[in-house]
Amino acid sequence: MKDLYQGQRAMRNMRRQAMQRGVIAVLDIGTSKIACLVLQFDGPGQFRETDGVGPMAGQSNFRVIGNAHTRSRGMRFGEIETMAETERAIRTVIQSAQKSAGVRVDHVIACISGASPASYGLAGEIRLPLGKVTEGDVARVLASCDVPDFGRNREVLHAQPVNFAVDGRSGLSDPRDHNGDSLAVDMHVLTVDGDAAGNLVHCIRRCDMELAGVASASYAAGLAALVEDEQELGAACVDLGGGTTGVSVFIKKHMIFADAVRYGGELITQDIAKGLRVTHAVAERLKTLHGGVEATGRDDHEMIQLGESGDWDAERRQISRADLIGIMRPRVEEILEKVGEILDAAGFDFMPSRQVVLTGGGSQIPGLDALAARMLGQNVRIGRPLRIQGLPHNATAPSFSSAIGLALLTAHPQDEWWDFDMPAEAYPARSFKRAYRWFKNNW
Amino acid sequence: MQGLNSFSGNQDGAGRPAPVRHAPSRPLPSKPAVRKDPAPSRLAYRLNRMMLRPLIRRLVRIGIPAFLAMMVAGIWLSDETRRANLQGGIDGLIDRIQHRDAFMVHRMEIEGASAVVEGGLRAMLPVPLPASSFDIDLEKLRERVLKLDAVEAVDLRIKPGGVLSAVVTERVPAVLWRHPRGIELLDKTGHRVASVTERDVRGDLPLIAGEGADKAAPEALALIDAAGPILPRLRGLERIGERRWDLVLDRGQRIKLPEDGALRALEGVIASNQAQGMLDRDITVIDLREDGRATARLGLEAQNGIRRARGEPELGVDGKPVAPATASGSASKTKNTKKSG
Repeated sequence: MKDLYQGQRAMRNMRRQAMQRGVIAVLDIGTSKIACLVLQFDGPGQFRETDGVGPMAGQSNFRVIGNAHTRSRGMRFGEIETMAETERAIRTVIQSAQKSAGVRVDHVIACISGASPASYGLAGEIRLPLGKVTEGDVARVLASCDVPDFGRNREVLHAQPVNFAVDGRSGLSDPRDHNGDSLAVDMHVLTVDGDAAGNLVHCIRRCDMELAGVASASYAAGLAALVEDEQELGAACVDLGGGTTGVSVFIKKHMIFADAVRYGGELITQDIAKGLRVTHAVAERLKTLHGGVEATGRDDHEMIQLGESGDWDAERRQISRADLIGIMRPRVEEILEKVGEILDAAGFDFMPSRQVVLTGGGSQIPGLDALAARMLGQNVRIGRPLRIQGLPHNATAPSFSSAIGLALLTAHPQDEWWDFDMPAEAYPARSFKRAYRWFKNNW
Repeated sequence: MQGLNSFSGNQDGAGRPAPVRHAPSRPLPSKPAVRKDPAPSRLAYRLNRMMLRPLIRRLVRIGIPAFLAMMVAGIWLSDETRRANLQGGIDGLIDRIQHRDAFMVHRMEIEGASAVVEGGLRAMLPVPLPASSFDIDLEKLRERVLKLDAVEAVDLRIKPGGVLSAVVTERVPAVLWRHPRGIELLDKTGHRVASVTERDVRGDLPLIAGEGADKAAPEALALIDAAGPILPRLRGLERIGERRWDLVLDRGQRIKLPEDGALRALEGVIASNQAQGMLDRDITVIDLREDGRATARLGLEAQNGIRRARGEPELGVDGKPVAPATASGSASKTKNTKKSG
């Protein structure tokens, strides 16, 4: 538990130091696209009260001063496959983002979409000697969570206390100063593969950037695509990316579950390329321009020119749109089936509001919401990311929701609870700090 | 024979080389254009990031050009002749612009000044006309003109058409001041206007005398204004001890005014004079210095009249009682002196 505590605090401090510099970049390294937003943190003073802008969970504190996105290279299933290629892609996107921002960026917060995330629910309980919850008790209960064996080489990405309970009064978001005899906490911990995370850190270091934090892409997409009520009442965000499909489940404004499937839009493109014997680029173009999942009778008449497929000069073929849909639909159904399995495993059926929000680049397939409603439940909508200040229009598409969510997470990280000092038992005995703390607390 | 025929071998065809058939010139298979790697190299990326540092960017964008410009200018100016040429060129340019016809002052117009002041004003111009208006410092000239005693205010301006206009307000002499060093004309504030050689030059002006009288000239003028009914008899005002006034009338009469409230005291004397004709009697001094108690000193004739009535011996000119035989003679002598005064 001590490692978890110290790791979370270290990440929090790292991000705080980066934010004090004022300019920070968020980097969404996906399988098909790398997006980079340069954020400027002006502090809360930039709006007056008369402007009608409240604190808005930190969203009014920053604005986007530069953005860039480029094709991703060397990535597969949300993990880095070829380090040098990915490094080049990161260099490209950071350089153009810096150019559009006009400032040099030294700190970057990245998100990782693959790397086999695993969610754990942790619980801890302590007795309250004072009959009242103090700040020290919060730290103690966080420290008292028994950490399961995550397995070899797993890194903790997020660890957030989701729920506090005092004497059976559950569902507290802030237990401080509550009267009671015992304090219990439920914590959600998300771990990823340590090697994949290490590769990401290495790539970013090679670009002379300082890594100020790593987040899960599914979590970030959920922050951007879910509106506040959905986060409060319970919703699942499905981030249909290029190489992976991330699922995150929120309730009471906290993520309680996150996972990712290694199926994504690239697979659909591959299917089209194989099924129609066209190049990958042509298949991608067919998918984005003519793709769909719901075939109608009219689609039989809508013919698509395949054009030159590469190997045969001046070859002309044409297919109907129904053919294309026939190729795409099974794969989309398969992806949604996998998502449904994950949601079943997460116990999504027992949530009060079973809202499913589809986002990510794959959510732009026409007719996807109807198909998803049939497979995942009735409450399905396509979610576009939240609007943030300074974001240009071309970066408001659903495929940017993880990058925007990462910006929101930077502005309002839900890990304030780690600010409380570590319980005194964790310190070595006879330490000066302990003596100092004792003096400070008692006088 | 056949074997000898050299042609036979050629007819064979086996040894004959196949004619060279050139391949038809086909276009080469079009190579797909090699796409350049859009990623910057590590060096380019680092240089780009270095240029984004504000200090380095400022150095490169401002520092180096500024340094080059300074260096070129320094090398060029290191030669003495070039420096002199440049200086001469700049001076000539400034001179040419300043001596354009639009900036020239051709004449001076003076309004409201007497001939003496006008002559002084013309002599005060720092440069002979015509001159450039850049060479005439109007503020300094104005300060110099104001040092003339006869000038109260002067309004100097350069009008279009190259005219230096000076509107002078001269001081108006209001009073004559007689002091041990001579007689001077003062204006109503007590400022010197000019000196005169004798009092008759300006017989229309009242006279004041005594040390420090010029500083209290406004009060003196107020007193003279107040002395309306006795003005024909007024000879002048005398400043005593630089603090109070004596009103001197003819026939040797003198009204000693107090330091404070002199005007009020004088008005009181004039009122009593109009009521009782006090000043027409034989009174030499009316002393008003003490507030609320006016003292009058009687003349010799009046004293002798009282003494005659009492049967006492009359007083002589020296103030000592004289023998009764000579009393009438001395009294007539006093009368005579008064008439002459």
